Amino acid sequence: MSNAPLLARYAEGIFWLARQVERAENLARSIEVQETYARNRSGVRDWSSIVQLNSDEEAFSEKHAAANARNVIRFYVTDGDNPTSIKSAISNARENARALRSLVSTEMWMQLNVFYNRLNAIDDKELAPGSLSPLLNEIKLGCQTFTGITEGTFYRDQAWYFYRLGRYIERADQTTRLLDSKYYVLLRDTDVANVVSTGQWLALLRAASGYHAFRALHQSDLTPWRVAAFLLFNPTFPRSVLLCVKEVDASVTGLKSRYNIRGGNDVAEGLDQLRSILDTRSIDEVLETGLHEFIDFIQRYLSAITDRLGAAFFGHPPVEKAAWQDAELWPPYAADLQTQAQA
Amino acid sequence: MGDFVLDSYDPGGFYCEMLRCPATAEIHDRLARMPIDEFTRRAHGAEQALYNLGITFTVYSDSQAIDRILPFDAIPRVLPAEEWERIERGVVQRVTALNLLLDDLYHEQKIFKDGLLPQDLILGNPNWRPQMRGVKIPHKAYVNICGTDIIRDDKGIFRVLEDNARTPSGVSYVIENRHTMLRSFPDLADDIGLRSVEDYGIKLVGAMREIAPPARDDPVIVLLSPGTYNSAYFEHVFLAREMGVPLVEGRDLFVDNDRVYMRTTAGRARVDVIYRRINDDFLDPEAFRPESALGVKGLMRAYFAGNVALANAIGTGVADDKAVYAYMPRIIRYYLAEDAIIDNVETNICREKAALAYTLDNLDRLVVKPVGEAGGYGITIGPRASRAELDECRAKLIDDPANYISQPCINLSVSPTLIDGRVEPRHVDLRPFAITGESTWVLPGGLTRVALRRGSLVVNSSQGGGSKDTWVLE
Repeated sequence: MSNAPLLARYAEGIFWLARQVERAENLARSIEVQETYARNRSGVRDWSSIVQLNSDEEAFSEKHAAANARNVIRFYVTDGDNPTSIKSAISNARENARALRSLVSTEMWMQLNVFYNRLNAIDDKELAPGSLSPLLNEIKLGCQTFTGITEGTFYRDQAWYFYRLGRYIERADQTTRLLDSKYYVLLRDTDVANVVSTGQWLALLRAASGYHAFRALHQSDLTPWRVAAFLLFNPTFPRSVLLCVKEVDASVTGLKSRYNIRGGNDVAEGLDQLRSILDTRSIDEVLETGLHEFIDFIQRYLSAITDRLGAAFFGHPPVEKAAWQDAELWPPYAADLQTQAQA
Repeated sequence: MGDFVLDSYDPGGFYCEMLRCPATAEIHDRLARMPIDEFTRRAHGAEQALYNLGITFTVYSDSQAIDRILPFDAIPRVLPAEEWERIERGVVQRVTALNLLLDDLYHEQKIFKDGLLPQDLILGNPNWRPQMRGVKIPHKAYVNICGTDIIRDDKGIFRVLEDNARTPSGVSYVIENRHTMLRSFPDLADDIGLRSVEDYGIKLVGAMREIAPPARDDPVIVLLSPGTYNSAYFEHVFLAREMGVPLVEGRDLFVDNDRVYMRTTAGRARVDVIYRRINDDFLDPEAFRPESALGVKGLMRAYFAGNVALANAIGTGVADDKAVYAYMPRIIRYYLAEDAIIDNVETNICREKAALAYTLDNLDRLVVKPVGEAGGYGITIGPRASRAELDECRAKLIDDPANYISQPCINLSVSPTLIDGRVEPRHVDLRPFAITGESTWVLPGGLTRVALRRGSLVVNSSQGGGSKDTWVLE
């Protein structure tokens, strides 16, 4: 129990700092996998799926005519004008860290500082085939180094809880985006069980660092719905949506119980509902109502949670009514939410 | 070019901080035995570390944030114990006199009645704060943090050049420079009896507790910064950490019922003491500049109600004015009945007729300074100025004499300094930092600034200055 107050601005800053680093790491993962493993049936890599994954179709087509390797890689790795690039994410993380320098450890700041300078110095040659993969690995490692330094040096007070909130909300969101992108690719395939789509699903597992864990769990049975179930509901895989939401829930509970913070009851309530849906839903039920619809529901729900966090802890203006109390927003999950709310 | 650090070094006719002092012999010998190549390599490594650690100031251009380090020179400036002891006493005396002066100016104004200080010099000064008349300040400590700029002339005599009694900066570099030296050159510092600079944060937070409103048992202290865009932002971060207090910006604070609160995750939290690194006129849009977005609306109401303490107090700028500086030896004698322990530089107050005439007659030998500027701006150094610059200076003096003082051009002492792989003499000054709550404490040493351009006497970081570690010996 600590009574040291935490500035609302700091809480928000560390929340977004965590999200930006997590985002950069996930982006590096999906580009790397695209480069290495993902090919369509004629053996050509499909780079447009990354653009879809980030909902950047419009912004991308304004700058580039074709979604080829060269354009997509520049757009997402080094383009500082693109707010969804790795460079922008780390640059934003560093500016957040600058405003938080009296809060974060010197080592955390130093890693972001050195990492950012490294990204600024990326040479065009490093983006060429054959060099890109090591570069992406370096970026992934840069993010993971930051995560590790944070784990090892960041004081475990309130700010740590907001850091975890940001990291796991972003990770849950990123996992759903990965899943959604491949789902689109599959929909275009007429023969769902063909070899190419198997390759796509394997690539997706690799992007999420889940390939080996999945193999250990399902030695012979690689079906799309098993992969989807693994990424959504596996209780022990560190990037599954369920595990991330549990971490988010635990962070909010910890904040409220340890720091005597009165706000955030509605956040806790919303998280309970989301957890309960993730806990009880089977993959067959999800596929029946539509995987994309389910993913869309989770993404919008996490976004609603973020809004409520802003009102509860970051000093944002109050939100009129919790989004999850508004059944019309959540077809086809309104019924679940209603039931939860009454129970 | 020599093989060892000091082989090529020649201070010429200047007073050298390293060679003219027997107490530095051991450090001098160690440097003389160190190969210059190795020294240069380690010095570059030290600067790279400062950059990576973010001990930097940020220059913003076109949405790009560029971080720069304050150039660091790895050859320390050394002060033997007896020299430091005198500086320390001199600084304490000076700060004491400044606080007595401010207390008098904002209360009884005896000094006007006794005719020692022209009334219009104070009451017409842009930094005079009439709102402070009659306001009680804990321990009469107006200047809680003071930086006193001290130079040494060509005879080795220390002289005060300027008092900085508003929001003096640079102390973070004193401490970080020490860390850098101990990381990169531990062998230079071993067993020479170096006095520590680690106590600053503890002493500062101690003084902040001493000036807190008396009714508050466990006062909440914050450091108020203009934010990441301020060139001293690193220092604000550094000090907040050393003190263990939140670093806040104006938008984090608000005033309700004449009390100051910060916005936290759990709602409002009361604030009792603010170490503010924002100038008076930006602190409260209600009381001063209405357009200021850096301050806190209503802060002055809370301050005058005694519900919050500010460090430094409001209105200290009137005492560190360059025009008031000229009167400091007399002010010290007036309040303390003693002579100044560290002399002023002889100063001509151009608002006085005779002094103006003398200044105009000797323009090519004098340094002319505007009284209201800081950072080395607007200074004309007579012996170095062109005819056109002298003419321009003359015109300004005649136009507004009260805005200027003049001083003899003093050849500041030099210190051996690494310049492009060789060691050359460069002029230095010294800014010790004093903290005052119930009493005054001086951090051993202070910031040694060095003018890196050959022959330059201007040490300000905005004008090509760097810094050195300052070693006070036991």
